[in-house]
Amino acid sequence: MGAEFVMLSLAPIVIGSLAAIACALPGNFLLLRRQALIGDAISHVVLPGIVLAFLVTGQVATLPMMAGAGVAALAAVAMIEAVRRLGRIEPGAAMGVTFTTMFALGVLVLERTDTSKVHLDVEHALMGNLESLIWLDGMGWHSLLDPAALAGLPPELGRLAIATAVIATLIWLFWRPLKLATFDEGFAAEVGVPVRAVGLGLVVLSALAAVAAFDAVGSIIVIAMFICPPGTARLMTDRLEMQVAWSVFFAVLSAVLGYVLAGYGPIWLGGTDAVSAAGMIATVSGMLLAAAALFGPARRRSGAGAGAA
Amino acid sequence: MIARLRLAARKGLRTGPAPVADHPMEVRGLTVSYGGKPAVFSVDASFHAGSMTAIIGPNGAGKSTFLKAALGIVPRVSGQVTAFGRPLGTARARIAYVPQRASVDWDFPARVIDVVLMGLYRKLGLLRPVTRADRGFAMDCLARVGMEGFAGRQIGQLSGGQAQRVFLARALAQRADLYLLDEPFAGVDAATERAIIEVLKGLRAEGRTVVAVHHDLATVADYFDRVLLLNVRRIAEGTLAEAFTPEALQAAYGGRLATSHLDRLATV
Repeated sequence: MGAEFVMLSLAPIVIGSLAAIACALPGNFLLLRRQALIGDAISHVVLPGIVLAFLVTGQVATLPMMAGAGVAALAAVAMIEAVRRLGRIEPGAAMGVTFTTMFALGVLVLERTDTSKVHLDVEHALMGNLESLIWLDGMGWHSLLDPAALAGLPPELGRLAIATAVIATLIWLFWRPLKLATFDEGFAAEVGVPVRAVGLGLVVLSALAAVAAFDAVGSIIVIAMFICPPGTARLMTDRLEMQVAWSVFFAVLSAVLGYVLAGYGPIWLGGTDAVSAAGMIATVSGMLLAAAALFGPARRRSGAGAGAA
Repeated sequence: MIARLRLAARKGLRTGPAPVADHPMEVRGLTVSYGGKPAVFSVDASFHAGSMTAIIGPNGAGKSTFLKAALGIVPRVSGQVTAFGRPLGTARARIAYVPQRASVDWDFPARVIDVVLMGLYRKLGLLRPVTRADRGFAMDCLARVGMEGFAGRQIGQLSGGQAQRVFLARALAQRADLYLLDEPFAGVDAATERAIIEVLKGLRAEGRTVVAVHHDLATVADYFDRVLLLNVRRIAEGTLAEAFTPEALQAAYGGRLATSHLDRLATV
């Protein structure tokens, strides 16, 4: 674990971990509100948003693409609401209809657009480019103290660090309204919590996480991290505070373990090529969920008499 | 369409009586619409200080909707609500609410004590930490409903009656002067029903006001001293003698109550 690790693996692992945390944090609340599919929906509609931003600006620049993705995410949320109300369709189906349609639209537009000269394709949208986010200036652990070397870190790292910090701070700040509105919306409204604003704020936070993470790690990881770490964490504890802590732990564990297994696993097994880090990270997060479903201490819950509706 | 309905309702309202200042809650012309149909239509109600009022009426009469709309939890098309002589928004600290038990997911990751502490969130605000005194107070609230031995229990493991008592303990933690309860006796065991009614009568004895959506006509006269009889519109309101009469019940329930049943109720 020396200079080679710092140059080739450190930045992708940190970026993967930050992306996982950014998605897992709001994912806890989406899961408990039975809106887990919102994460799925948002990460799919990011593609048409980015393609449209590219069409409008004609360049692959970060800010317009993030803005386009953000606009697409909000448009999707509005469309889900519209489909649900106008069509009187249950929320899960409304989300499914919206995100498959918008993702397909993104693929169509992408196909009809000349993007041959830029790095913009469906594969990139799904898998990201985690492996390519190397730190050329990272000559060893001592580079972490070298400002010149730090300036050469992939820009995705800084963006994700900021997004993760913003998401974590807002969830900490509005912990009580979020918890109240998630558990008991009627009671929350009675004590003066603006429940609709809280619900919308959670979706906006999720969109921020998806957009910030998407460029670096692709939508496979984003979708998995909204659901798998919180789902695994729920099986470990019966307290919300502990669930969120566990979800961060499982998010980081998935990112680190998945990246290492993707890079070295095939070699250990006698193969030659590494496999996709994004695919492996998402797979590991699913395996952790399976393990928690079999062995997690809070997997057996008997709400027999309470009559949950 | 809603806007026009609202305008019409407001115009109608101007001719109505002015709110009485000192009642814990005063509702004027409350109208709620679900999918274009009125669920509650132009209902007036006054909840008197130190009284226990039952909101009764047939299924689908809008009892729960009335309560939720009065509290601003579901949007109202029209109507004015004042609490303790002030607009509702500024009086929320004096009001406690117990939603229907089935309206929440009891699989939520929380312990009994966590739920009771939610009753203190308004006082604590966003970030002020829960102190040892707050925890002690929450335990006292649990003791008042006979649930002090369950503080560390995961809420998904409670029976229906135990869950209802935890909800009541959370309302007690709100330290309110007006308690509004939505079907507190629905699907609970007899011991829980007795425990809850003792707590509610204790609140009344302290001069606080209790309002409950209630479905069991046989116990109305034992538990309550006032009645609001609803069937979308207000059918009757007042003391038991004024409003809990066979004629009013017949008007609210129509043919759904046998005459013999009505006679028995009227003689209690």
